[in-house]
Order: sequence, then C-alpha cells, then structure tokens
Amino acid sequence: MSIRISAPDTASKNEVIELKALIQHPMETGYRRNNRGEIIERDIITTFECTYDGDTVFQARFHPGIAANPFLTFYTRATKSGTLEFRWTDQNGQSWAETHSLTVK
Amino acid sequence: MEMMKQDKFNFMLDRRRLLTLGTAGLVCAAFPMSTSAEAADADKAIRDLFGDGELNEGRVTVDLPPIAENGNSVAIKVTVDSPMTENDHVRRIAIISPRNPLAEVAEFQLGPRAGKAEVATRIRMAGTQTIRAVAEMSDGSLWLGKASTVVTLAACIIG
Repeated sequence: MSIRISAPDTASKNEVIELKALIQHPMETGYRRNNRGEIIERDIITTFECTYDGDTVFQARFHPGIAANPFLTFYTRATKSGTLEFRWTDQNGQSWAETHSLTVK
Repeated sequence: MEMMKQDKFNFMLDRRRLLTLGTAGLVCAAFPMSTSAEAADADKAIRDLFGDGELNEGRVTVDLPPIAENGNSVAIKVTVDSPMTENDHVRRIAIISPRNPLAEVAEFQLGPRAGKAEVATRIRMAGTQTIRAVAEMSDGSLWLGKASTVVTLAACIIG
C-alpha cells in the first residue's frame, strides 16, 4: 500500500498544524458488478486514526461513500516534539501505518 | 472568422455534454431506485448516529463544488465554527448523503487537541443531491450544514 503524508517537520508550541494523509486503496463499494454481472465484493478501509505521541488526536470511520484512495486533511495543535502515527484499518482488520516526526520549538 | 470558431467550439461542448448526460441517464436507469436512500433515510441516519437531540441549523459549513463531472470523487470540506477549547469543542462530525445507497458516508472524531474544526476528504455521489454534515459539540448540541452539487456522471456502477 502506498501511503503519502504531508505534515510539517517543525512547529512552534501551540501552533495548529495541517496534516494530509492519503492511502492507495480501491475502496470497492460492493455495489458494482463485473462484466459477467456478478457483484464485486465490498473491500473498504473502515477506520483511520492519527495518534500524536501515543494520544489519539483524530479518528475517522469510512463507508463505501468515501472515494477510492481515501484522502484526508485535518488539524492538530503542536504541543511537544513527538511522533505522529497515521493508521488505516480495513474491514478484515488488516492495517497499514506511517509515522512522521514533529519537532516543536 | 473568430465568431465561427466560437460557434464550432460551443457545438462541440454541447455534444460532449449531451453524450455525458446520456451516459449518466443510462447508468442511473440501470441502478434500481430501491437501493438509493431517500431524504428520510438521511434523517434516520442522523438520528441513528446522534440520537434525538434538537438539530440546529448553522455553525457547520459544507464546501462542495457546484458541479461535479465525476461522482466517483468529489472534494468536500466541512468547517465548524468552534473555539476548540477544553470546554467548548467539536466531538464528532458526520457526512450524510440522501441519495447514496448508504446514507452514512463518513464520521470523524475530533477533540480539543484538533485545534481547528475542519476536515476535508473526497466522497462518492450517486447523483445530484444536497449533502448534509452534522456536528456534535462538547455540550451535546447538534448543528447541521448543507451544500448541493450537480453531478453529471454519477458514481453508480462505473469506476
């Protein structure tokens, strides 16, 4: 799974920073049919979580109405230097994660 | 000369648009109405998620393009007017579609640490509709915002 994160490397204390996270995934709705008329099974990422130094700062629940390659832009307040972890979990419990180090001056 | 060029260009555009509309029509005709959620289902989805509290209009702004050529990926931004402090912040935001097969599109959990109550993502839209976004505040109050998009090519079976 290809993951792309956009987050600042440094921030000043209490600054609100913008985080962008994208993962490559078909987000198959389960409503489409293949060329033989059979329903293509649903295959979606159901949850996303962003933790900052171990604390959850943002969570999302996805349904088939989210477009393929789910993309999110959200915000967090920089409190201290630490690791941001972005984790996606699909309907079968398989998960993918990426981390980003943030230095707070 | 310039005039003629312009006319030709317009004609091409119209023909293209007509073709697109025709395809969208076919696709949606193939998509049974019974699987589409109606406005009542959207209201039910809101009640299922947030309970029976009073739904106030305002404080929530939904940004959608006025026209989307492809319903498979439409950019949406939800902004909630909130100071995002420990005592006064947004707890949850949900995006609800009245026309998609499943009314609930996404739900976000925020808190005072978000610093700013704004979320952007990309959604599928099975046709022209008014998307709703509901925000639940830390005091339990519920706020509703809406925005409409005309979808030329619906996210039904294609893509």
